[in-house]
Amino acid sequence: MMNHSQPTGADYNYTIVRQFALTTVLWGIVGMSVGVLIAAQLIWPQLNFDTPWLTYSRLRPLHTTAVIFAFGTSALFATSYYVVQRTCQTRLFAPKLAAFTFWGWQAIIISAIITLPLGYTSSKEYAELEWPIDIAIAIVWISYATVFFGTIVKRTTSHIYVANWFFGGFILTVAVLHIVNSMAVPVSLFKSYSIYSGAVDAMVQWWYGHNAVGFLLTAGFLGMMYYFVPKQAGRPVYSYRLSIVHFWALIALYIWAGPHHLHYTALPDWTQSLGMVMSLILFAPSWGGMINGIMTLSGAWHKLRTDPILRFLVVSLSFYGMSTFEGPMMAIKTVNALSHYTDWTIGHVHSGALGWVAMVSIGSLYHLIPVLFGHGRMYSVKLINVHFWLATIGTVLYIVSMWISGVMQGLMWRAVNADGTLTYSFVESLEASYPFYFVRFLGGCLFLTGMLIMAYNVIRTVKASKDSLPALAEPTAA
Amino acid sequence: MDYGTLQGILTIIVMLTFIGVFAWAYSSRRQKSFEEAANLVFSDEEISKESKDSGENK
Repeated sequence: MMNHSQPTGADYNYTIVRQFALTTVLWGIVGMSVGVLIAAQLIWPQLNFDTPWLTYSRLRPLHTTAVIFAFGTSALFATSYYVVQRTCQTRLFAPKLAAFTFWGWQAIIISAIITLPLGYTSSKEYAELEWPIDIAIAIVWISYATVFFGTIVKRTTSHIYVANWFFGGFILTVAVLHIVNSMAVPVSLFKSYSIYSGAVDAMVQWWYGHNAVGFLLTAGFLGMMYYFVPKQAGRPVYSYRLSIVHFWALIALYIWAGPHHLHYTALPDWTQSLGMVMSLILFAPSWGGMINGIMTLSGAWHKLRTDPILRFLVVSLSFYGMSTFEGPMMAIKTVNALSHYTDWTIGHVHSGALGWVAMVSIGSLYHLIPVLFGHGRMYSVKLINVHFWLATIGTVLYIVSMWISGVMQGLMWRAVNADGTLTYSFVESLEASYPFYFVRFLGGCLFLTGMLIMAYNVIRTVKASKDSLPALAEPTAA
Repeated sequence: MDYGTLQGILTIIVMLTFIGVFAWAYSSRRQKSFEEAANLVFSDEEISKESKDSGENK
């Protein structure tokens, strides 16, 4: 299955794909290390070493920015540039502009790593970077859109493969989200205030926040899924028709779901109910897409026994199914009354972020890296398998501990005595969460260890001499 | 026209659009072109595809 001969027609631009693929691994390790550090700080607060730069409040936005925009988005850059060339059978449009997106994006990541620990923040969740960096992001993103859509325009195939629809939808929507949400009045080089105020500011923020999930962390990675799952399974997607309905239904619905982040707040009641209903309907296209991905393996299930890359992809789809069931459920107002502001939310996010986003990216990279560097397979298939189990067990430990901790917190916070006073103080609920914080830390350590093993495997593959890593023989059905 | 009527009309338009997308995607006339599209994933490496198929038939 990994017998990749060089393409016959076009000579693809792999330089940019290689750069982004390697930085994905690097930023994954950086972002997840910061995550493990702040998870440890919640158990051992002295780990901030009384340094303002290492406080939880400054490192948390660094963690989210690094994993979403450095790790996840680098994976999206790499795979979208690769997939759009291969499925359009043409070279990348404007290669210099493409190179600019790489160096520009790295500069943005470095500036985030510097400014966030220094305390510069616009305080908008997942959009903390200050206005000069926001402008840089907009410029790089518009360049990205130009390269991507330019390549689609000059394609030599008559169809635009469905993965490119998802990538294109993600690129366009993220541009709109970022520009609208980052509208701000600068008061100095490092300080600005949002042009929105009050409930409108909150609504714009969560319209952005939820669609960062819906388009960057979902649509973009579904594009990855629609290419790499069929490719690795060696058979076309289960239903191309379903993929078209999946695309239009998903993008039409996601954009309305944001208000479920603002249940029981100053947001108008009807807006909250609209957000809840749209989130519930969203379950249908999400599961349609998941089933489409998993059913692509029908007739090829035996490959799961021998191919850890396919295992990564299929398990990522299972986590996608789990979190897109959990999400609509948590968007129901009465469920949200229990879950909001508790660790359950953190568990839900990581079931999507580790289980879906990271695992589908890792699986895709294990497919991609040998192709990019002219090998038949990764240096060690065994280590891919070790990574698979570390990632799966790490994710399960993380989400199960957060479920228990979250539901417990919700129940403790709402418990009242007969005379109407609160049964527990906040600190009591915090104390009860300690054991679960430790399990979460453990899960994070396992996941990070897997990434370090991946880095070793990648370095050995990149440095391997030509023809030293031939493709493995195709497994046959029993 | 009051706001409620306008919303009702918009809902019907959106619903019809969705039914239209569904009908378009599932019309039998497009079967062949969708099969071609679905196989774009493999069409840049015919050689490995052949070896793959023979591998499965064993």
